[in-house]
Amino acid sequence: METMTALREKPAEKSKISVKNLDFYYGKFHALKGINLEIPERKVTAFIGPSGCGKSTLLRIFNRMYELYPEQRAEGEVFFEGENLLTSKKDVALIRSKVGMVFQKPTPFPMSIYDNIAFGVKLFESLSRADMDERVEWALRKAALWTEVKDKLSQSGSSLSGGQQQRLCIARGIAIKPEVLLLDEPCSALDPISTAKIEELITELKNDYTVVIVTHNMQQAARCSDYTAYMYLGDLVEFGVTEDIFFKPKRKETEDYITGRFG
Amino acid sequence: MSAAATDAREAKYARRKFVNRVAIALAMAAMAFGLFWLFWILFETVRLGVEGLTLDTLTQMTPPPNDPGGLANAIYGSFLMVMLATFVGTPIGIMAGIYLAEFDTKGWLAVVTRFVNDILLSAPSIVIGLFVYAVVVSRFKSFSGWAGVIALALIVIPVVIRTTENMLQLVPAGLREAAYALGAPKWKVILSITLKAARAGVVTGVMLAVARVAGETAPLLFTALNNQFWTSSLTEPMASLPVTIFKFAMSPYENWQKLAWAGVFLITMAVLGLNILARILTRNKI
Repeated sequence: METMTALREKPAEKSKISVKNLDFYYGKFHALKGINLEIPERKVTAFIGPSGCGKSTLLRIFNRMYELYPEQRAEGEVFFEGENLLTSKKDVALIRSKVGMVFQKPTPFPMSIYDNIAFGVKLFESLSRADMDERVEWALRKAALWTEVKDKLSQSGSSLSGGQQQRLCIARGIAIKPEVLLLDEPCSALDPISTAKIEELITELKNDYTVVIVTHNMQQAARCSDYTAYMYLGDLVEFGVTEDIFFKPKRKETEDYITGRFG
Repeated sequence: MSAAATDAREAKYARRKFVNRVAIALAMAAMAFGLFWLFWILFETVRLGVEGLTLDTLTQMTPPPNDPGGLANAIYGSFLMVMLATFVGTPIGIMAGIYLAEFDTKGWLAVVTRFVNDILLSAPSIVIGLFVYAVVVSRFKSFSGWAGVIALALIVIPVVIRTTENMLQLVPAGLREAAYALGAPKWKVILSITLKAARAGVVTGVMLAVARVAGETAPLLFTALNNQFWTSSLTEPMASLPVTIFKFAMSPYENWQKLAWAGVFLITMAVLGLNILARILTRNKI
């Protein structure tokens, strides 16, 4: 596989997550092949590539989501805070409290808007009622949802529109103040206005968080990310500064995908 | 588009419209057929039941033939045994359902449990009555309310297991993943998220089970038997509505037959009321 070894430019920034020789299997299917990658701290990193290339799979390793399914397994090393995530003896819940995730489809919990946010916070912090109110407002403001829901916090989360539900899920994710936020195609079910709001939010989030976003939308990757990884069939083909990937990709495959000749 | 192609489309469309009409007509006919019998049963129950229903029905004991009396002891016995059977059976059923849906979906224990549960679910209730007779009644040498409770609980459990498991499986995997992604422990995910999302279905399952055992006669005939008098002691034989109805409806005495209809009316209304209550309680309240 020498020819497919990714051309990598080591980011100048401090890395938050380092992936070393990572392989991933769904049963017998080899879904990720020898991935090496440094996710820079407080930057937005985008994973792009055609469907089935393994970008969501890679994302779901960073919070050990794959563990829920016994037939899935990861081999290699993923360093986060100096520790290999894959073999860490730490309670997986603690890892997930630091590495949050927002999914493709909005998944409001069957409870009020307020409780949707408070649910995650209560898992790790015991706040007074006033502090909790403040936290809920803070998270909803960050997710650009506060003005729309401030008068109906006790209503069901599922009473909101799709775009609002997704912003609620983002608010829920940031309310627990993680260090890394993983976004798995967060805008694929949203209208352009909600998408714009979420993209603005992503840009703002990188002041405090390390953001990793999987997206099918190349304009979106170009607009909001600092670094981009192009993946194809389980390989990391190219990784580097977003502008370089889009304007002077080093590999033919990347260029073909970016320019729409393929994918 | 050519005229021929347009004609072909029109013909296809006409055919589709016709098939659609036939299907709707058949569906409506099936519904009318079902509703016809349902309403007839309800109508007869109400007509004959209300006739035999007086204040005495609710306050007096089951009488000897041709004496005035009521169904108070049978109503109380049914209420007590159904309630206790539900209290015993519901937690066991819900916990087993959670195990099958959330903890062990494919393991051998789950497969065996599911298979045995399916058998239990379709077992004739008289078999369960005889089983409890053999292990409880004959051992303690007395028919008793407890034996009735055990028999009814054995009917409640498989119904609740099955509905709980099915309802939990309907909860989208994304909802579970979202809760785990926040760092929630498994028990918390199950209690606060999946069970809550499936709540309406689980409650419906319990109500179905209550409705089912409220009308069961066979398992009580062999276990709680009957009692002419008021008793709140579960170690004695205990009257129940279905057994009383069975005994009274088959009798040649007119006052017994009237009371049987009143009993049928009471059971029907209780089950109907429970169902309506369950709908209201689980109606999208967040």
